[in-house]
Amino acid sequence: MAAPQPINVEDLNIYYGDFRAVADVDVQILPRSVTALIGPSGCGKSTFLRTLNRMHEVIPGAYAQGTVEINGEDIYDPRVDPVNVRRRVGMVFQKANPFPTMSIRDNVLAGVKLNNRRMAKSAQEELLERSLKGANLWNEVKDRLDKPGMGLSGGQQQRLCIARTIAVRPEVVLMDEPCSALDPISTLAIEDLIHELKQEYTIVIVTHNMQQASRVSDRTGFFNIAGTGEPGRLIEIDDTEQMFTNPGNTQTEDYISGRFG
Amino acid sequence: MSTTTPSEQQTMMRPADERRLPWYHLIYTGIAGLVLATAILAVFDALSIASAILLGFVLHLTIGYLYSRFREGRRWAMDRLMTLIVIGAFAIAMFPLLSLLWEVISRGLMRVVQASPTPFAFWTTDMSGIIGGADAGGVLHATIGTLLITLWASIISIPIGLFTAIFLVEYADQGWRRVLGKGVTFLVDVMTGIPSIVAGLFGLALFIAFLPEGEQGVRMGIMGSVALSLLMIPTVVRSSEEMLRLVPMDLREASYALGVPKWLTIVRVVLRTSVAGLTTGITLAIARVIGETAPLLLTVGMVTSINWNMFDGRMATLPTFIHQQYLNGNATCMNDTVTNPVNQEVYACTVTTNIDRAWAAALTLIIIVMVLNIIARLVSYYFSPKISR
Repeated sequence: MAAPQPINVEDLNIYYGDFRAVADVDVQILPRSVTALIGPSGCGKSTFLRTLNRMHEVIPGAYAQGTVEINGEDIYDPRVDPVNVRRRVGMVFQKANPFPTMSIRDNVLAGVKLNNRRMAKSAQEELLERSLKGANLWNEVKDRLDKPGMGLSGGQQQRLCIARTIAVRPEVVLMDEPCSALDPISTLAIEDLIHELKQEYTIVIVTHNMQQASRVSDRTGFFNIAGTGEPGRLIEIDDTEQMFTNPGNTQTEDYISGRFG
Repeated sequence: MSTTTPSEQQTMMRPADERRLPWYHLIYTGIAGLVLATAILAVFDALSIASAILLGFVLHLTIGYLYSRFREGRRWAMDRLMTLIVIGAFAIAMFPLLSLLWEVISRGLMRVVQASPTPFAFWTTDMSGIIGGADAGGVLHATIGTLLITLWASIISIPIGLFTAIFLVEYADQGWRRVLGKGVTFLVDVMTGIPSIVAGLFGLALFIAFLPEGEQGVRMGIMGSVALSLLMIPTVVRSSEEMLRLVPMDLREASYALGVPKWLTIVRVVLRTSVAGLTTGITLAIARVIGETAPLLLTVGMVTSINWNMFDGRMATLPTFIHQQYLNGNATCMNDTVTNPVNQEVYACTVTTNIDRAWAAALTLIIIVMVLNIIARLVSYYFSPKISR
């Protein structure tokens, strides 16, 4: 595998119909590291995250302008198939969403099975085991792989969704507040997992929890919004330690120290 | 609204005179109402079971309310009154259903079980060669006709309806597709209200327009299927649309995020998740058209023997069979037997044979619908999302 390249976002503007939700984002996201995005509600951090694998345009009327370069290719080039982008850039959602009709095994292999791809039984079993081990879930579910995925607890369901995401072997994993619906112990399990995953994947995580951002991320970006109806902007992005100890921007400092938001 | 100072705040205790009586006091007031109603009706010489029950129920409402008001207080009295009204509404809703089932089973089952020449021959013979009051014949031809015509109506309607619903839910989200979607929804709503006889005329006119001059008396099963599908499509669209909208957006996004194309997401996730509801909706649509009489009367008419060919000649169907047998009314029996003048077959003669056949055919129709419903239940049971551990 070639050395991973950073994700280059240049001059990105994101719209919902006529409304510009996020303006002028220029950022470089480093490979094999965790980048956390923080900011007040409605500032566009989730919206920005969803443009990194073109999930944004699933919403009627939503589109983005600008370039997002992954491995030297602009994913907003008209010749690019969003389906292929999403195979390279996986996503974990706020609410765990295993497929209710599928067993644990089928949920993990969903990327293979839903795409009607042929795969030998032994290869499937291997992928299943590796993905579940990668998501720290193997020991908990290895005896009930054929039980429904919805029967797991909330934290286990979220790790199942992570296993499902890494089973398609993406280069980048996007996480949209993956722990916001979980208890502290499940949250810890997922944070430990994020530490392990960054050996292999580039991770971008949106979180409302600043302690979480400081615990898991190498770099932190701060989004803010000037007011209702104004677009959200990326105020600053820097090494996490720098951001939390000595931010360059007063807005960041105010937010992190709890003076607003 | 009264304003209260903290010193005169109301207590949270129930009023001292309020207490709850056991539920069976409802029975006492019910019996009182019934007895009173019987007495009143007897005085006015209008006593019958139905009138006693009806008046008894109304009196029960009054007596029960007053009794409860006196013994339990105002709030519980209103509770009693509402309980009685809800029970009464339920009974009124159930009565026609149970009465219908009872009548059809009691009258139809006899004719089916004791069919001549052999038990259950009603389901294995047709009406060819049956004349006058002959106590014989069956509905095999009409059952086959009904099943074939409904099957073809389903073959036409289910794909059209399902694909329309998929378009409305998955594709009609913006731009010109949204406008088209609104138009389609409006037309489907209009279509829901088409009287069945008009659908029948449409089926007939559509084929006659393409038939050569002089052959316009031609009838065939497929005409009936087209007419029925006109009634079935809006029901399928409506119910499928509801079901597809119930599939959470989360699941679609989860699938997209795995790099699954939209069409595969629809087939493997959306349809798969909603298959239980879709089956139920489609079964209801089939149940709705399987008993249609008017369009079939116009388009496929009636014959006395089995016709397997959907594209040639008239076909018998159960609803039209019931209609025809009922129209025939009581037969005239000169002797104990009737003889078919052509093949000299001799049958026992029964005056009520036509009416009996109509009841038995109605029973057959109900059984078919029941079986369809049970199949749909099984499908939705085995395919619905499993949450259990």
